[in-house]
Amino acid sequence: MTNIREVTVDELRHLVSDRAMTGETMLLNMGPQHPSTHGVLRLLLELDGEIVVNCIPDIGFLHTGVEKNMEAKTYQKAEVMTDRLDYMNSIGNNLAYCLAVEKLVDLDVPVRAQVLRVILAELQRISSHLLWLGTSCLDLAAMSVFLYAMREREMILSVMEMISGQRMMTTYIRPGGVWRDVPQEFVPAVQQIVEVMPGRIAEYESMLTKNMLFTERTQGIGVISAEDCARYGLSGPVIRGSGVAFDLRKARPYSGYEQYDFEVPTYDTGDIFGRYMVRMEEMRQSVRIVRQALSKLSNGPVRSDNRKFVPPPRSEIGVSMEALIHHFKLWTEGFNAPKESVFVTTESPRGILGVFMEGDGGPKPYRVHYVTPSFVNLQSMPLLTRQHFVADVVGIIGSIDIVLGDADR
Amino acid sequence: MGLEEKTGNMGVVTTTLEYVVNWSRTNSMWPLLFGLACCAIEMMGAQASNYDLSRFGMELNRASPRQSDLMIVAGRVSRKMAPVLRQLYDQMPDPKWVLAMGDCASCGGVFNNYAVVQGVDEVVPVDVYVSGCPPRPESLIHGILTLHEKVKKEKITHWA
Repeated sequence: MTNIREVTVDELRHLVSDRAMTGETMLLNMGPQHPSTHGVLRLLLELDGEIVVNCIPDIGFLHTGVEKNMEAKTYQKAEVMTDRLDYMNSIGNNLAYCLAVEKLVDLDVPVRAQVLRVILAELQRISSHLLWLGTSCLDLAAMSVFLYAMREREMILSVMEMISGQRMMTTYIRPGGVWRDVPQEFVPAVQQIVEVMPGRIAEYESMLTKNMLFTERTQGIGVISAEDCARYGLSGPVIRGSGVAFDLRKARPYSGYEQYDFEVPTYDTGDIFGRYMVRMEEMRQSVRIVRQALSKLSNGPVRSDNRKFVPPPRSEIGVSMEALIHHFKLWTEGFNAPKESVFVTTESPRGILGVFMEGDGGPKPYRVHYVTPSFVNLQSMPLLTRQHFVADVVGIIGSIDIVLGDADR
Repeated sequence: MGLEEKTGNMGVVTTTLEYVVNWSRTNSMWPLLFGLACCAIEMMGAQASNYDLSRFGMELNRASPRQSDLMIVAGRVSRKMAPVLRQLYDQMPDPKWVLAMGDCASCGGVFNNYAVVQGVDEVVPVDVYVSGCPPRPESLIHGILTLHEKVKKEKITHWA
C-alpha cells in the first residue's frame, strides 16, 4: 500500500494537448491534498504560463462503496448511509431516499411530517449555503466571512441536535414520516433563526457584493452560458446563475412544496458572481419558506400508522401484543418491497439529486443508484477554467460547490 | 507581567530541558490542513468562531505537510486515498503525531466494505482516536488535549 506508482506523461497523452509532450506547456498537479479543492478532488492542469489550457478532474479519492453497501442492508438500515453521501445536505439526502422508499412501497406521509420535512430541508439548505459561503470566500482570501457564516451555521446545527441528538448525521426523516415528534423548544428556536437570518444575510452582502477585492475575483470569471449548462446537464445554482429559472421544487413539487409561495432566483451573468448572487437570494427564499411552514405546522401524527412499514410508538409496545410483534418483525427482518423500480428527484442545495431504487420482493433493495449534482456539475470544470489564470481555478471550484462525498459516493 | 514580578531580582527559572521542549511542542502544534469527508466540516467548526481551537495554540493549519506536526485524519480513507495519506505522513518532519478523527478513520465506521480502509492505523501509526460520527467539536478538542498530555510525557530521546 505504501508504494505509489508514478503516472508518466506518456500515459496522459490522450488527455492533454500535443504541446505538453514537447514541454511547451506545463502539467501541474493540484490535489488531492489541497486547501481549496473542498475535499479530495485532484485536478491535472495544463498550463501555458499562468493560463489554464486544459483541466482534467480526477475523482474517486472518497469512493465509499455506499451504493453496493446498501444492497446488504434492509430499507431502514440503509438510510444511515445516505447522510454520509452529501454530508452538507444530510436531511435532503434522507428526504430523497425516503421519498423513493415511500414511492416503492406506496406509503403515505401525514401532513405534520410533510411540513417538518420542508422546514428541516430548507434549514439544511441555508446551512449548506452558509458553509459554501464561508469556504469559498476563504479560497478567495476573505477570512472573516467564514467566521460569520459558521456562527449562523451553529444555530441551525443546534436545532438539528435538538430534534435528533446529532449535529450533522441526523437520519431524522424516516420512511413514512419522521423519527419522532419535535420537542417544544423546536418552534421558538426555528422562529429565532427566521428572525435573525435576513439581517445576517444582509451583513454578508454588505461585506462582499460591492467589495472590489471580491468582485474583481468573481465577475467575468468562469462564465458558462445557458446553452452550455443544458448541454452538460448541469443543475442547481450553477444553471440559475446562467439565467435559467429551473428548480425542481417548482417544476416537479414534492413534499408539498406546491403550497409554498417562493421565487426561483436567477442571475444573467453566468459567472462566479452570478452563482454567488443566486445562492444569497436562495437563502432568503428558504427563510421565507420556513416562515410559511411554521404557520402551517398543525398538530397531528408525525408517522404513518401503516404498521407493516412503520414501527409502532413506544407507548403501544407495552400494552399491545400486536404492536410488539410488528416492532420485532420490522427491526429484525424489515419490510418487503415489491419487485419494481422507482426514480425520485429532489432539489438539493447543489442541484438535482435523483435516487433510483429497485426492489426484489425482499427486505433489501436489489439496487440503489444515485444521480448526484456534484458529479454532474464537476464535469463542467474543463469548460469553466479554460483560458483563466491558475489563481481563478480555486474560485471556480468553490463556485460550483462540489461535495466530494456526493460525487464519489 | 506575572512571572517577572514573582521572581523579583532572581531572574533564574530552573526546569528540565525535556519539560520545556514538550511544553513548547504542545502549545504550538500545527495541524495539517487535510480534510477528507464529513469530519472535516466539524474540524472547521472546531476552528471557527464558536469553539475557537486557537485557544490551544492550534489555529494555524498548514497546507504543506513539511510545515506541520499533527495530521488530523478527518473522515473515511478510501483505498485510492490511502497511498496519498501515507505519502503525506512520510513528508511530515519529526516530531509528528496522528489523530484519527471519527469512527471511519478509527475503525471504518459504518462502512464495512471493499472501498474503505478499516481504520487509518492500517496505514499510519495513530496516537489518539476520537469517537463519534462525526465527533462534536468538543470531542475533537478533547482528543487534541489528550494528545497534548501524551506529548508532555514523552522522553526527549524519543524523537532523537
